[in-house]
Amino acid sequence: MFGTLVKKRDFYAGGLMTLLGAAVTLDSTTYTLGTLTHMGPGMFPLMLGITLTIVGMLILGAAITTPLSDDEGILPEKPEWFAWGCILAGPIAFIILGEFFGLVLATFACVFIPAFGDRTATLKGSAILAAGVTFFGVLLFSYVLKIPFPLFQLGH
Amino acid sequence: MFSTALTDLWYGFGVALEPHNVMWCFIGVFVGNMVGVLPGMGPLATISILLPLTFGIKPVGAILMLAGVFYGSQYGGAICSILLNLPCHPPHAVTCLDGFPLTKRGRGGAALGICVISSFVGASWGITEMIFLAPILVEVALKFGPAEICSLMLLGLLAGSTLARGSPLKGVAMTVCGLLIGIVGSDIETGTPRFTFGIPNLFDGVEIVALALGLFGIAEFMKSVNQLSEVDTKYTNVKFSDLRPTREEFRRAVPAMFRGTIIGSLCALIPGTGPTIASFISYATEKKISKTPEKFGTGMIEGVACPEASTHSSVQGDFIPTMSLGIPGDAVMALILGALMIQGIVPGPQLISEHPDIFWGLIASFWVGNIILVVLNVPMIGLWVKLLTIPYKYLYPSAMFFVAIGVYSTNNDMFEVGEVVLIGLFGYVLLLLDFHPAPILLGFVLGPRFEENFRRAMLISRGDIFVFVKHPISAVFIGLCVLLIVMQIYVRLRSPKSLPTEMALPGDHHRKVSEAAE
Repeated sequence: MFGTLVKKRDFYAGGLMTLLGAAVTLDSTTYTLGTLTHMGPGMFPLMLGITLTIVGMLILGAAITTPLSDDEGILPEKPEWFAWGCILAGPIAFIILGEFFGLVLATFACVFIPAFGDRTATLKGSAILAAGVTFFGVLLFSYVLKIPFPLFQLGH
Repeated sequence: MFSTALTDLWYGFGVALEPHNVMWCFIGVFVGNMVGVLPGMGPLATISILLPLTFGIKPVGAILMLAGVFYGSQYGGAICSILLNLPCHPPHAVTCLDGFPLTKRGRGGAALGICVISSFVGASWGITEMIFLAPILVEVALKFGPAEICSLMLLGLLAGSTLARGSPLKGVAMTVCGLLIGIVGSDIETGTPRFTFGIPNLFDGVEIVALALGLFGIAEFMKSVNQLSEVDTKYTNVKFSDLRPTREEFRRAVPAMFRGTIIGSLCALIPGTGPTIASFISYATEKKISKTPEKFGTGMIEGVACPEASTHSSVQGDFIPTMSLGIPGDAVMALILGALMIQGIVPGPQLISEHPDIFWGLIASFWVGNIILVVLNVPMIGLWVKLLTIPYKYLYPSAMFFVAIGVYSTNNDMFEVGEVVLIGLFGYVLLLLDFHPAPILLGFVLGPRFEENFRRAMLISRGDIFVFVKHPISAVFIGLCVLLIVMQIYVRLRSPKSLPTEMALPGDHHRKVSEAAE
């Protein structure tokens, strides 16, 4: 039975919630619990933690009782690891380039890198898109909304 | 009562018709209509992107604009559904069923025309409902003590998480997660930092903009990248003159329109049943009472008019509990409440008396906005149709920039950008595990107030946990909560299979592509 269980998506969904709930429950006991009349900072999180653990176990329970369906893969049929990486790398590049080189380069990278996630993306197309967004973005955020972010800089 | 409502409404028009407010309203509905048309962008992502831009403007303008995005996107979404058979926005999924066959027969223009009329009728009714119902609700709600507020919030959270799409249990899990994320930061009474992992940036709590953009921006982009196929624009050549329905079509659509309106407004009163459910119920009803139910799905104009009217009536009605009680019915409303809170306005029953400009201005702006939308949609239909062809591969990278700069501008700090990446990753994992992250936002927004009122209720009752069933009004809410849970269990035990298929129909990108391919 355990063999089919580990194939089910809800096994992981329920498991994740149970673990999360248990972690919260344990952590909330490190804060002052207080009494019901004078609730301390730990009481409400403790209640939520217990609720989440129970709900997580119910999801697990439901996973055990339902038959295995043919659509149980957690990852989509064609995992887009590269595209996902590109999307997440965009804002990370924004942080690094923004800290050290200013808004213009950060914006360019933040559009350019995610654009490569698309299978049909070309170097030129992405560069034009990134340049366009940079131009209008800088215009809007730096000149209209006046966000304090240097356009160009070197070092922090 | 009637005359006070009219006076207040008159005052509201005064606010809404101030030139800068008309401008914000226009920008809101325009952007909303645009993203409604664009496949792959939803109102949630758009409102989260625009949210940081509203920090600098006055609360009234900010709310008018963000609300405009929401109902504007409903107009645009219908275009996408009828002409492309793409249910980009869940409430319009059923409109595809009869809208697209009409398009294939060359009556797509008429379907769009009927759609605009039904939308306007539905919205007008929803707004009227709000004008008269909200003040009554407020009068009742002002008498509520902490125990009543607490039970009401519990009911709202429970309804929001179990009646929405997907498994009710998973919805509850998401709501609890949202409540937990809302706890992050300093405790309101003692100042103890909770779940901050020792990071000083988290002492103020998680930024709502980062949460919304992570869950509805980054996570959605990760889900949709390389999944949306090229749109088929074979049928999208619709001009202004095509919009006019024939006499016969109009005659059949009118009664359906009114039935849809009523169903939508009833759905709006139940928290958690937003426009999506309203449109499904109204389509089913229309099919049931029709003399020719077998013809539905082949291009019946009633099948377009009814769900569209109910969607719009429920969209406007959704604002009732949000603005009068401070309890949002879904994630969009939670975001709008979040925007109010960022502006320093405490949501709740006192909002109408303390900030009448916001409340009545918003209502009046609904009329203004809906009229703008009709004007935008009828003569400019050609422009919207052209927008349908913008490929997703240009959309999401541009949106990524707005995500990054948007969260940065909340505190002018790079920490939030890191936060949004982590939340986005977490959100995508949740999506992969079949969780719908929308209730997270609901829990997040209500969480702090829920805890505060819970503590207060406990303090007043000297730690008596049964206070919630001892107060009659509170007991009614708790009773409704129990009823809701029992109903869910009953439905599950009776037919474990039918529920997921019914509920999970719209909104899934993978499914959308396969449907579009047919």
